[in-house]
Amino acid sequence: MITLAGVSKLYGGRRVVDRLDLALTDGSFNVIVGPSGCGKSTTLRMMNALIPADEGRITVNGRDVRDGDPAILRRGIGYVIQAGGLFPHWSVFDNIATVPRLLGWPKARVAERVAALLAMVGLQADGLARRRPSELSGGQQQRVGVARALAADPPILLMDEPFGALDPVTRHGLQDELKAIHKATGKTIVLVTHDIEEALKLGERIIMLEEGRIAQDGTPAAIVHRPANARVRDFIGGEEAILKLLAGATVAQVMRPVASEAAGASIAPGATLSAALAHMVASGHRTLDVSEADGRRIGRIGFEDLDPGRPA
Amino acid sequence: MLRVRNWVLPVLTGIAMLAVWSLGFLSHAPNRIVPGQPLPLWAVASPAQAVALAILAVGLLATAFLQSGRKTGLVTGSALFATLLLILAAAATGSVALANPDVPAARTSLGPAFWLILAALALAFVDLAQQAGLSTRARLLLAVVVFAPVVGMAMLGWFDALSLAREYRARSDVFAAALQRHVFLVAATALIAASLGVPLGIWATRHPRFRARLFAVLNIVQTVPSIALFGLMIGPLSSLAEAFPWLRTLGIAGIGTAPALIALVCYALLPLVRNTVTGLDAVPAATIDAALGSGMRPGQILLQVSLPLAFPVILAGLRVVIIQTIGLAVVAALIGAGGFGAFVFQGLGQNALDLVLLGVIPTILLALACDTAFSVLAANGEPQR
Repeated sequence: MITLAGVSKLYGGRRVVDRLDLALTDGSFNVIVGPSGCGKSTTLRMMNALIPADEGRITVNGRDVRDGDPAILRRGIGYVIQAGGLFPHWSVFDNIATVPRLLGWPKARVAERVAALLAMVGLQADGLARRRPSELSGGQQQRVGVARALAADPPILLMDEPFGALDPVTRHGLQDELKAIHKATGKTIVLVTHDIEEALKLGERIIMLEEGRIAQDGTPAAIVHRPANARVRDFIGGEEAILKLLAGATVAQVMRPVASEAAGASIAPGATLSAALAHMVASGHRTLDVSEADGRRIGRIGFEDLDPGRPA
Repeated sequence: MLRVRNWVLPVLTGIAMLAVWSLGFLSHAPNRIVPGQPLPLWAVASPAQAVALAILAVGLLATAFLQSGRKTGLVTGSALFATLLLILAAAATGSVALANPDVPAARTSLGPAFWLILAALALAFVDLAQQAGLSTRARLLLAVVVFAPVVGMAMLGWFDALSLAREYRARSDVFAAALQRHVFLVAATALIAASLGVPLGIWATRHPRFRARLFAVLNIVQTVPSIALFGLMIGPLSSLAEAFPWLRTLGIAGIGTAPALIALVCYALLPLVRNTVTGLDAVPAATIDAALGSGMRPGQILLQVSLPLAFPVILAGLRVVIIQTIGLAVVAALIGAGGFGAFVFQGLGQNALDLVLLGVIPTILLALACDTAFSVLAANGEPQR
């Protein structure tokens, strides 16, 4: 549990973060989104005491972040930044082992943990652990960055624009993997981004900041269907934001049980809802069969099922 | 049609030929004090040596028209190497022929033409190594191949009739001591300057006002002429030693090692502090941010992240310091610090140019050796980054 109570940050008299109240529940995937200069990064960096708050109180699992040694606090919170921020003079292995070594783990346990993490982020290939960050692609570097943050199995993961420097294909792949990692580990994730598409795709809860204040706080569906004001509507991109929402969910999540007769056109359960919509438009059917790769029908999806968050 | 493809080697050959035509290759004097009589190359070389050198010169001029490549490089390198051996042989046989047991005071020195040819050869070798894009290891090997026969000829006594060798023989006992002294001055300066300069640099990156003042002072020190700085040390240190006699037991006095080391360290601080600051400034902010966010303490970040990343730049500063100090330590002999500078100033005092050379040549070789050692070190350190 992370709580912010009346937290402010002032730079030269200007309130970059303005009396913010926030309570993030354990195991939730939270995305802080907003235009540059809205205070989202500052808010994140106050959570692990990289930046001290000027007003208010921040607690992590009930403890004020100002109490005690900030280094000890940070070793219990995973931290991922843009482009990985890897140590260029250390191998992939040494980078991932950073926090376990700071915690004084025995050698064998460190090696075991690093191997497990390399497998988790899909970097178990031979010899990769001995390479230096400069010998990796941008996507691989960011995977190492995520593995490093998860190394000591912290309950909380703070991510500051983690996928900002990557090409779209790599970015989408890593977003899917992060979603899977969240599902598998149940970490509390706080991710900062300026990319509304990323926010709608990843967040269970979206906190939209504007000039240091919360403009809107809710589920992706709530933000898309009931934007709090005109600026939020502009930021998410108006009605087209629904397409971004559809791109973040799969057919399997909303399909209904198998109907007796076939609908005529079919789609895979792993396809996104935006792909299903495109298929409906292209094929002229308002209803699609959901079929496995072997052709077995497992469900059906209708036009009205596409957006379950839509108000009746 | 013939096209000129390479200017460097023909120009160098031309300079060397001009030197041979207009200047003395050896210089012969009845004693050490009288200025010598210049003797041109054709007068001292044997007919075979002269003909071979003439052919090589024409050949090297002709390389202007050759397409550069592996084969050309190999041929050119061999020709340069043969020229080196031939002029050394000409100097050796020429000096032996001029020696007369009835006139033991007579001196034969190497003339300006010899030195110019040697300089042209050195430049030609460097240019060749650069064009061939040789690796550090290959350059090292090339240097060994070039230097080995020179050292061998010297050890076989080929140059014993030359004045330079006679100056060495007269001082062979103090020569080793001078070398030891020179190396000591350089090593002590580097050690003291590094243990002061790196912490000062670290401090300067954290305190901008201190940084501005530190660089102001160090820049002023760098502008003081070395002789003046060595002289400036005499007054304060001798009065200090007078006021506190126990300091004298530590070797601190107006002249000698202490003031020399202080002055050398003063000069060495600027490159070291500057490179430490540059290296630390170049550490990416994101890397420091990640280190802090991972829970490293400031001391751990400095030792495990910042300093290792800045190390190549700091090493480059140390390289400048060592090369610079090898040269400056010569001047330190003025205030009694010893080293090769002692030969230089004795030679200047006695108007004996060969004694000056006995101090200068080892100084140059020492600097070259240190520079080579550093480039090997830097080349080995590179793949780690």
